[in-house]
Amino acid sequence: MAEVTEQETDRPEGSVYRVAGALTITRAATTQREIDALADPLTIDLSKIDRMDTVGAWIVYRTVRDRGAKVIGASRDEVSLLKEVGEFDKPARVIPDEPHGVSNVFRELGQWVAEAGTTLVGLLGFFGATLIGFANIIRRPRKFRLNAVVQRFDVVGVRALGIIGLMSFLIGIVIAQQGAVQLAQFGAEVYTINLIGRITVRELGVLMTAIMVAGRSGSAFAAQLGTMKITEEIDAMRTIGVSPIEALVLPRMMASILMMPLLGFWAILAALFGGGLFVWFDLQIPPLTYIQRLHDVIPLTDLWIALIKAPVFGFIIALAGCFQGMLVEGNSEQVGSRTTAAVVQSIFLVIVLDSVFAVFFSSIGWV
Amino acid sequence: MTGVPKDCDPVITVRGLRNAFGDQVIHDDVNLTVCRGEILGVVGGSGTGKSVLLRSIIGLQTPEAGEIEVLGENMVGRTEDEAKNIRRRWGILFQNGALFSTLTVAENVEVPIREYFPFITPPLLDEIASYKIAMGGLHADAGPKYPSELSGGMVKRAGLARALALDPELLFLDEPTAGLDPIAAAAFDELIRSLQKRLDLTVFLITHDLDTLHAICDRIAVLADRKVIAVGTIPELLALDHPWIQEYFNGPRGRAAAENYEEGATV
Repeated sequence: MAEVTEQETDRPEGSVYRVAGALTITRAATTQREIDALADPLTIDLSKIDRMDTVGAWIVYRTVRDRGAKVIGASRDEVSLLKEVGEFDKPARVIPDEPHGVSNVFRELGQWVAEAGTTLVGLLGFFGATLIGFANIIRRPRKFRLNAVVQRFDVVGVRALGIIGLMSFLIGIVIAQQGAVQLAQFGAEVYTINLIGRITVRELGVLMTAIMVAGRSGSAFAAQLGTMKITEEIDAMRTIGVSPIEALVLPRMMASILMMPLLGFWAILAALFGGGLFVWFDLQIPPLTYIQRLHDVIPLTDLWIALIKAPVFGFIIALAGCFQGMLVEGNSEQVGSRTTAAVVQSIFLVIVLDSVFAVFFSSIGWV
Repeated sequence: MTGVPKDCDPVITVRGLRNAFGDQVIHDDVNLTVCRGEILGVVGGSGTGKSVLLRSIIGLQTPEAGEIEVLGENMVGRTEDEAKNIRRRWGILFQNGALFSTLTVAENVEVPIREYFPFITPPLLDEIASYKIAMGGLHADAGPKYPSELSGGMVKRAGLARALALDPELLFLDEPTAGLDPIAAAAFDELIRSLQKRLDLTVFLITHDLDTLHAICDRIAVLADRKVIAVGTIPELLALDHPWIQEYFNGPRGRAAAENYEEGATV
């Protein structure tokens, strides 16, 4: 550890800074502070130090450079180190310049609009590319990658059964419990079954499944494709002549389109089961009556609505996930932000489409 | 032959190191000593565990058995707090640079300094980062750039600048010249040599680059058959009758590198 042996400030010829021991990075902050406190003209005496690293040398160097300080008592090694450090005196900026002020707000707003526009156009283009991919596969079914699709079925569908079943089961219980409490005020507890039956089959079963699939699989699609983009796997595929759309995007899309109705149906069953359990234990309505009643109150069109919406939601989720994944460029931070964007976009689009469907099916008389 | 020079002041000592992933044994009874002030090159075929050896020494990989001492401190089974004191004294250049992608080059260099010396004032910190960047052989323009904007050679140099941030005594380099063009590789060799002399560094260098071995390594350790089979200068290694070593240094590339180096030395 260095020790300051002398700090003379009252001499007419200026101050002397004399250190002993090691002049290294360990003491850099203190050394700088002590030197800053001394008055000009300054002399730095290095005769007592036994070790100096480049940071120590840099502090001495910058004092000489900025304040014209005199260095005495430096050994040959120290002189050469000081010289060498001086050779590297090429000030570099630490962060890139960024404009500030009002103009910057407009610039960012403009950039945001332009980006939103290009994303939308890009999404359309991507949609077109997948359609072409589908067409190619229909024309040449030999190119269909059955293994890849089946593997995605497993990941997107089978492995999601547990979590989606549990979630829907709990949602069924919650709807039944809340419905029963409210309807009891009118003495109409029995209508709890109508509530459970219609809301889960028509809306919540598939919607909640879509949200879960977006979080589970949409994000995974974006992250997988994004990582492959960074590691240049997708570029490698292109140069070999394999279309990334056909090899990577279509299997994921098919899996998600085909699995969504199945998962949605499974979710509906789980929710009805959860609701049924609640009605049985809380309202003492036996399961057989519950099933009979469900049969009476749920029109078949409700199930059709669910099964029509599900593949569309699946398509949207896979589209947003794969599209965002393919947009990744540069660094790994983008994988994260694109994955987030994929989930947010797909859930948003799913809910927008769900309301469009609600209006549509009501207006064609499927109420 | 795993002889250690007589006047050796050991900086890294590895004794009886064993590493395995499941059934696959990577190292079995590896012994190695790195002396202060030398550049030790580590060579070996692909998959002989050069990078695993490096990771064991710097504590990223817990070995199954063996002792590792770095700068006089035992590295196996240390707590995070104890390891900090050692980490302050070494710098590591990873194979792919491993720059923090959300920070600029200058901020990358500042990370270790901020971590260990938080009281250094920002202007001084920025100046230190600037001269480290210049020392790493980068132009000052590179300071405010993000890693994704750099070429392969620049990433290595920025990684080196970060490795040098704390004025380390010990420098680990994992394939520093891989992926560089011959001119850039030669310049990088030169840079490492001059930094090593100037800052009195001990360098542990993994490489496949025969030119690097000839140009800057004081001793070379050969990894094969899960062990360090030999350590020595190139002439010492050539005197051995091991087929891999013979093929490595006397293959067409090995001879070409040797001839180049001899010509270069006589000119």
